[in-house]
Amino acid sequence: MKMMGYIYDILNVILPFSWVDYKFMKNALLAIIIIAPLMGILGTMAVNNKMAFFSDALGHSALTGVALGVLLGIENEIISLIAFGVLMALIITRVKNKGNASSDTVISVFSSTAIALGLLVLSYGGGFSKYSAYLVGDILSVTPGEILCLSAVLIGVLVLWSFIYNKLLLISINRELAASRGVKTVLYENIFVIAVAVVVMFSIKSVGILLINSLLILPAAAARNVAKNSRSYLYTSVVISLFCGITGLITSFYINTSAGATIVMALGVVFFVTYIFKKK
Amino acid sequence: MSSQNGCGLCKISIKDIGVKKGKDVLLSSVSFDLFCGQLTALIGVNGAGKTTLLKSILNEIKHDGTVSFHTHHGEKIENITIGYVPQHLDFDRSAPVSVEDFMLIGRTNSPVCFKKDKKQLKAIDEALEMVGCLELKNKTLGVLSGGEIQRVMLASALYPLPELLILDEPVSGVDMKGSEKFYEVIKNLKTNYHIAIAMVSHDLGIVKEYADNVILINKSVLKSGSAEEVFSSKEFKESFLYGLE
Repeated sequence: MKMMGYIYDILNVILPFSWVDYKFMKNALLAIIIIAPLMGILGTMAVNNKMAFFSDALGHSALTGVALGVLLGIENEIISLIAFGVLMALIITRVKNKGNASSDTVISVFSSTAIALGLLVLSYGGGFSKYSAYLVGDILSVTPGEILCLSAVLIGVLVLWSFIYNKLLLISINRELAASRGVKTVLYENIFVIAVAVVVMFSIKSVGILLINSLLILPAAAARNVAKNSRSYLYTSVVISLFCGITGLITSFYINTSAGATIVMALGVVFFVTYIFKKK
Repeated sequence: MSSQNGCGLCKISIKDIGVKKGKDVLLSSVSFDLFCGQLTALIGVNGAGKTTLLKSILNEIKHDGTVSFHTHHGEKIENITIGYVPQHLDFDRSAPVSVEDFMLIGRTNSPVCFKKDKKQLKAIDEALEMVGCLELKNKTLGVLSGGEIQRVMLASALYPLPELLILDEPVSGVDMKGSEKFYEVIKNLKTNYHIAIAMVSHDLGIVKEYADNVILINKSVLKSGSAEEVFSSKEFKESFLYGLE
């Protein structure tokens, strides 16, 4: 990985601080610089569509994804993670659009069943502890290979966004209106939930099941307090996400706390600050 | 003034429309024609099937019968552009979407969160100007009044310029001034652009003033004709004034 060497050198030069001396901190910083905008971008639409609970369930289903991988003997767990995540996302969306039961009930049923199934399989024979890393995540152990994967996902999402953003926004304003304008609502909704599932699954090892949803929802929720149009909404969300991601990571290094938790704390603080200054 | 619009459409024939929901018959054998350059008002009591009829014309629900489009010479046209302004836009008022964003997303695929299409920006200025909403361009949708939202919806439904415009109680619950402004725009569209307009309305005063044709329905067509004809008919009195005399 020659390229990583160059990037490390650049980081050493532009960031002459003690925490940058550690390779794992450099990797973590790079991962954050990619995960944060990813979450900031997708979060805007997830919040628009009131999908906070949905993405939470999706995060929980990661455990089942890992479990399935173990059962089927799949070496690379990301494959089973994504396969199950996408399946789960599509099923929840379908049931939600079809059924008469309120969507939070439907999602809750799926969410709890998925997490129980995952725990059941992984705890079989008492070996759960080696999977507990998935619960809280560990951004400090992110590898250059994973960083590369995440960059590819970020580029993919940006490309996708430039094709479907307007349609998604119209659907989020009013489904019937979008349909009357000839927008294939189900198709676009499915594309979006698949994108969320892929991003969540690629980030879950670094961020953890318990915190992933906060990373997706909080930046957008905070941006919503201050943004007046789509552009400022997106940029504010990405900036808040990056700012809190980086400050959270550095702070966690100095006060010796969990990186993920510290980042989410920072996001929480920013949310409340923007809430106070909410335009009325 | 030209007597034809863009595609030469002249008449929209609605024939034998029937809609069932389970065992209930919502509409049965509804037939009438809509003409370009005319406003046809659909009136009827609550639950008469007015909105269902509009949705059938929009092809949004399953229905029997046909909706066909014809030119002056009686030739059939396969597809026409239909603009639709719903009764009430139910949306999240806290969503950070500006009027400009809303207008743009209906017209272009270039994402409003990244870069905005300059040509389209100019076009939406004109569209908003037409409905008297230009000064609202940078406001968030959520802060607009009911009448303002309806006019913005109308502006957005006018691209691409429709041959048929469908309005479902476009200004119910809107103040007098807002309602007047709205109908002046409609009148202008009808006469200057030769658009066919179908409108559901409860406001008989508005219907009397602006409609060229009135169709009274209750599951099927009870009476059609000019406002005077329909309002003075026996069927009208039975529908609206039953029990008052």
